[in-house]
Amino acid sequence: MSSATPAAKMEVRDLTVAYGKEIALRPLTLDIRLNEILSIIGPSNSGKTSFLRSLNRMNDLDPRFRTTGTICLDGKDIRGEIAAEDLRKRVGMIFALPMPLPLSTFENVVYGARRSGVRDKKRLAELVERSLKAAFLWDEVKDRLSSSAFKLSGGQQQRLCIARTLALEPEVILYDEPCSGLDPISTAKVEESMTALKKGHAIVLVTNNTKQAARVGTRTAFFLMGEMVEIGSTVKMFTAPDDKRTEDYVVGRFG
Amino acid sequence: MKHEGRRQALGFGLLFAATLLVVAPVAFIVGMIVAKGWSALSLGFLFTMPTDGMKAGGILPALVGTVYLVAVAILFSLPIGIMAAIYLSEYARDNALTRLINLAIINLAGVSSVVYGLFGLSLFVVFLKFGVSIISGALTLGIMTLPVIITTTREALRAVPRSYREVSFSLGASRWQTIRHSVLPSAIPGILTGAILSIGRVAGETAPILFTVAAFYLPKLPHSLGDQAMALPYHLYIISTQIPGIPENYRYGTAAVLVGLVLIVNIAATIIRAKYRKKR
Repeated sequence: MSSATPAAKMEVRDLTVAYGKEIALRPLTLDIRLNEILSIIGPSNSGKTSFLRSLNRMNDLDPRFRTTGTICLDGKDIRGEIAAEDLRKRVGMIFALPMPLPLSTFENVVYGARRSGVRDKKRLAELVERSLKAAFLWDEVKDRLSSSAFKLSGGQQQRLCIARTLALEPEVILYDEPCSGLDPISTAKVEESMTALKKGHAIVLVTNNTKQAARVGTRTAFFLMGEMVEIGSTVKMFTAPDDKRTEDYVVGRFG
Repeated sequence: MKHEGRRQALGFGLLFAATLLVVAPVAFIVGMIVAKGWSALSLGFLFTMPTDGMKAGGILPALVGTVYLVAVAILFSLPIGIMAAIYLSEYARDNALTRLINLAIINLAGVSSVVYGLFGLSLFVVFLKFGVSIISGALTLGIMTLPVIITTTREALRAVPRSYREVSFSLGASRWQTIRHSVLPSAIPGILTGAILSIGRVAGETAPILFTVAAFYLPKLPHSLGDQAMALPYHLYIISTQIPGIPENYRYGTAAVLVGLVLIVNIAATIIRAKYRKKR
């Protein structure tokens, strides 16, 4: 190994999450680093999504949400030192299902920029082209940017949502099971864009699909019933995990 | 198998009969009004003052009065109602107080219109010293329609998928930006439905304007919001019951104008609504 551990983009320390009295996540500590994809695997109800939605404070929208511990982005506490709106621009999120807004393709991509007050038409057009290219969608939609986003196929809609998040020029990108409703070809395109985005971004990928984690993940964390069982390099996690439960899950004995 | 077919036919017949039962009276009433009032309808009828103790001439002052009342009432109640609904649906927390407010709004929708009339009389006419005037009547009518506007707007906001809000927040939008750019555009057709219902009710109600604005007869058109005014429903009531010897076609003609006015506004709002739906 030539270098020491790379510096953390986000530091999660003793994070817990509960909804009312229901505990979703037990104390958990990990780092999220630039230029890598951190995959989070585990069966449903294991706290993966609760963890992800803590990173950009989307959990705050749920009135029953309770949390302890700290999360820092570039050393700043995301609950005290950064406004939620700014945090969400820096930590972009892609949801499990394609969720285009009832607007044109163009307006979907520039939604965030417009809310930040960008009016310049040329800048917006450039932003749309750049973001759609990065999401591997530009060639398919460049001639119908002004028609409704609902007219796109499911796979195209999901890549549009990725483009819309990329248009925020985020530093961290959170994927919440982004391929769960997609066909294999669309899945491949989403994974391709994700791998390309690894450079210069910190990516967290929550997935139910262990094979996907093995394909794209730099490191992998295994969650089970609200607890992080193990975290390590993807190769190690899939070949020689420390914990028996991790091994059972990745080889498909349960899940 | 045959048995099932007979049941199917019976069910269909019942539902169809129920629908017919709803439509038939409306068609009958509108048909009768138009048939009996048609001969009175003319531009002169709409745009001249009544003469000869309201037995002849036109209905201009009543028509103008009703247009004034509808416009002022809606200008007052639509913004307030929509803002209140946005607050209740998007900002207010679900606690005992909001539940009480919601309950109160639902109950207000069921209060009889004459109670609103008396309320308007004591608050606007007497206490606030607006006098018997268009402003008193319009405010009374506006308050009467608030529950309808709030309820329909709130339902329209609730019908907007949660995902629109989530996506907007996740893109760094503030709560107000989310409401303004993600929620409201999708809710506008539903909000317009509330406005349509309210306009029909404001134009047609008699009791709330009885003590607050309506005049038996005025030789002049109203000049300001502080003036008294004639109004179509009250005028119709007067010429139908208070003055003997009014020609039948004159009475039905007045009713036809009232129905037609509401119809025109409804059609306009329905077109706007359809345009908004198509844009999605």
